[in-house]
Amino acid sequence: MIRIVATLYALRTVWALFLAFGLGALLIAVSGGNPLSAYSALIEGAFLDYWGISGTLVKMSPILLAGLAVILSLRGGLLNLGVEGQIYMGGLFSSSVALYVTGLPTLLHLVLAILAGALAGGVWGMIAGLLKAKRGINEVIVTLLLNFVAINLVSYFAGGPMMQEGAPYPYSEEIPEGLFLPIILPMTDAHLGVVLGVVLAVVLWVLLRSSTLGFGLDLVGRNPQAAHYAGVNVGHTVIMTMFLSGTLGGLAGSFEVLGLKHRLYHLFSAGFGFDGIVVAFMAQLNPLMSVVTAFFLSGLKSGALMMQRAIGLESTVVDAVIGIVIICVAASQAFVFKADQWRAWFSRRQRLDAALAAQPQETR
Amino acid sequence: MTAPALRLTGVGKLFGEFRALDAVDMTVTAGTIHSILGENGAGKTTLMNILYGLYEPEEGQVEVFGKPVSIPSPRAALDHGIGMIHQHFMLVDTLSVVENIILGLPGQGLRLSLDAHAEKIGALSRHYGFDINLHAPVWTLPMGMRQRVEILKALHREAQIIIFDEPTSILAPQEVDGLLQGLRRLRQEGKTVILITHKLEEVVAVADRITVMRSGRVVAEQPVAGLEKSDMARLMVGRDVALSSYDVERPEPGEVVLDARHLEATNSHGVPALKRVSFQIRAGEILGIAGVDGNGQSELAEVLTGMRHPDGGALTLKGTDLLPLTVDQRRHDAKISYIPEDRHHTGLVLDLPVWQNAALRDFRRSPFSWKGWLRPRRLREIAADWVKRYDVRLRGLDQAVRFLSGGNQQKLIFAREIEAGPTVMVVMQPTKGVDVGAIELIQRTILKARAQGVAILYISTELEHILAVADHVAVICGGQFTGILPRSEATLERVGSLMTGISETPEAA
Repeated sequence: MIRIVATLYALRTVWALFLAFGLGALLIAVSGGNPLSAYSALIEGAFLDYWGISGTLVKMSPILLAGLAVILSLRGGLLNLGVEGQIYMGGLFSSSVALYVTGLPTLLHLVLAILAGALAGGVWGMIAGLLKAKRGINEVIVTLLLNFVAINLVSYFAGGPMMQEGAPYPYSEEIPEGLFLPIILPMTDAHLGVVLGVVLAVVLWVLLRSSTLGFGLDLVGRNPQAAHYAGVNVGHTVIMTMFLSGTLGGLAGSFEVLGLKHRLYHLFSAGFGFDGIVVAFMAQLNPLMSVVTAFFLSGLKSGALMMQRAIGLESTVVDAVIGIVIICVAASQAFVFKADQWRAWFSRRQRLDAALAAQPQETR
Repeated sequence: MTAPALRLTGVGKLFGEFRALDAVDMTVTAGTIHSILGENGAGKTTLMNILYGLYEPEEGQVEVFGKPVSIPSPRAALDHGIGMIHQHFMLVDTLSVVENIILGLPGQGLRLSLDAHAEKIGALSRHYGFDINLHAPVWTLPMGMRQRVEILKALHREAQIIIFDEPTSILAPQEVDGLLQGLRRLRQEGKTVILITHKLEEVVAVADRITVMRSGRVVAEQPVAGLEKSDMARLMVGRDVALSSYDVERPEPGEVVLDARHLEATNSHGVPALKRVSFQIRAGEILGIAGVDGNGQSELAEVLTGMRHPDGGALTLKGTDLLPLTVDQRRHDAKISYIPEDRHHTGLVLDLPVWQNAALRDFRRSPFSWKGWLRPRRLREIAADWVKRYDVRLRGLDQAVRFLSGGNQQKLIFAREIEAGPTVMVVMQPTKGVDVGAIELIQRTILKARAQGVAILYISTELEHILAVADHVAVICGGQFTGILPRSEATLERVGSLMTGISETPEAA
């Protein structure tokens, strides 16, 4: 009996998905669409056909990296809500190096552009780490507010000093074609960023699992007092965690520019930094799991467009369905199964059965 | 004769197998200050939690003003006129004094008449001579004032019996007098005060009667008049302290290893906690630190291990200055091992498995890791070996440490700290919350380390346990050493009187 419950529990995310799609169907039906055709458009548009998958992978690059950034910070006991800003800083510095540094061999130039983006994101994240370690200032607020600074900095540069002459919209010159990230699915926009993201997910998993650095970071996250006792420098670890987390955000922005946009646009990230929070929680802070959850969330986002087109739903309804899915999945994760508790409940029932069986027939 | 404010008969409380209270009888006369004395774990707090409705006793009866009552919740306690001032205040920092006092007050309806309450509370405050700004947010007030807010809260709820749980533990010395004045004022007004404390001066200063508790039992109840502080200390520490110690070889101590001079430090509230503490420990010597809890012991251990920065003084290990070294350097370069008082929050990470906790101290060193990478297989081998040799009872190495018993957790920490091959060991309250069998094993482990030439500082509030192993006993009181005695001279009477702050050392040079 316990085993059945445990199996049902292990599959709780699947049940949550069914529930969510059921609720979503209700919503679609109410707003005058056919849920079945809507969902088939969604699934086909996200995961089944070639173009659909490529669209999913394009979105997955920044979403996965943002998820990894959030996971790293949370494992270290911090919450980096500033991934969005770090994406913008990464994009700004990568595009600047790509546009204004000249005379380098292409490959070196590309690596330099990526590093510049990573470093910019890292420094942007480290500001919060420094303030937290030295002054005890809440990193959640600092990172959140720095988002607005970064977004507006990019708007200023894309619409001012870096703006292409005569452009109808704030964006920069196109970066040299040699610096475009390679395309992984021919004829589509799917670029190498997502592959690098998966590689980084594995690297992060290994680091957290078996390096002394990762163990120290995890200790600080779990119990800073014990980490201090174990000789870990808690302040340094906080600063390093925020730097590394910001680096991942910076890379997300860098890959967006080098792989997809090829220019610095103002407002170029559609809230990917915040999608990262959803990815991290759904993956329960496991970097490997985050590959799956990022793929899923990206699929929903790109499939939603298809769904919208296929049955002419308003985009607000589509957003609402995605929201329901996320809430249900997240709620299923928060649902904790206590085997002992269930065992106690079952044994109570069995005791009752036994007592009834032991009673003579006539008194029943 | 009027009924006593409170009468307990045969009250008992069990936590699982553990008997926290055993047939407790107590009578508190109305309009008096009644103090409950006892070491940590004697059952004082359990008893008070029963009176305040946080626990329900399994046995016995509670009478309030002559009426038998049951107290299932704090609200019920308040209905019976029992208020409690917790050790850690239950106040909302951002709300004002008035708002805090009426927070949760029953019968308010939907409309809040702050002004009416403010007037009444103001009158109450003036009546008791509490000089307090009712509209100030609580976080702007010093600790002594916050305590007055708690007292006003109880008075505003018309409490007749007010319980104070170690009220002076977080007060600055100058605030203590104010509190004691307040207690006397409460008595004048006919309130009954129950004062839980282990500070004897306070008892002598204000209390009318005391009840002394030890291991869940009441060992004495008598008027304070005519009692000496040293008598109370003896009652508290209790029994005939077994001077028999473990029969192991005691080699002659070697050279001086640890030398502390005039150490000064403040506690986390910014109050001075260590005052010019000086001592030396030789190789193969155990210096016991006796004293009532909260007299600077934690700060001393933290200063030695680098977890707290001292404000002054010098600390050397075999001539090398320790003070500039970080926690990590002290552990690995100076080879200081530390058994912290708080296993759950300092010594272990409860959610991590046993084998990872075994690596907590040295995970960045060989053989636990190699060039920045953990070696899980090696780690498990080492942990398995320690678990066997130190008799840590568990289901498996992957079990989270949370699920080990206190004694087994402590044995794991000892294994980790001793196998590191220390020069100095700081051992704090090693026997706290540990069963008798584990205590013996832990004491023997400490003696074995001594035989290997480790210099050991053994801090405990259990005098009996100190005397069983220590070579010298230093007594700490109010952050100062009031005396350092060789074990042969450390009689219960002398240590007891030193614990009350009667100094035998003229200001150490």
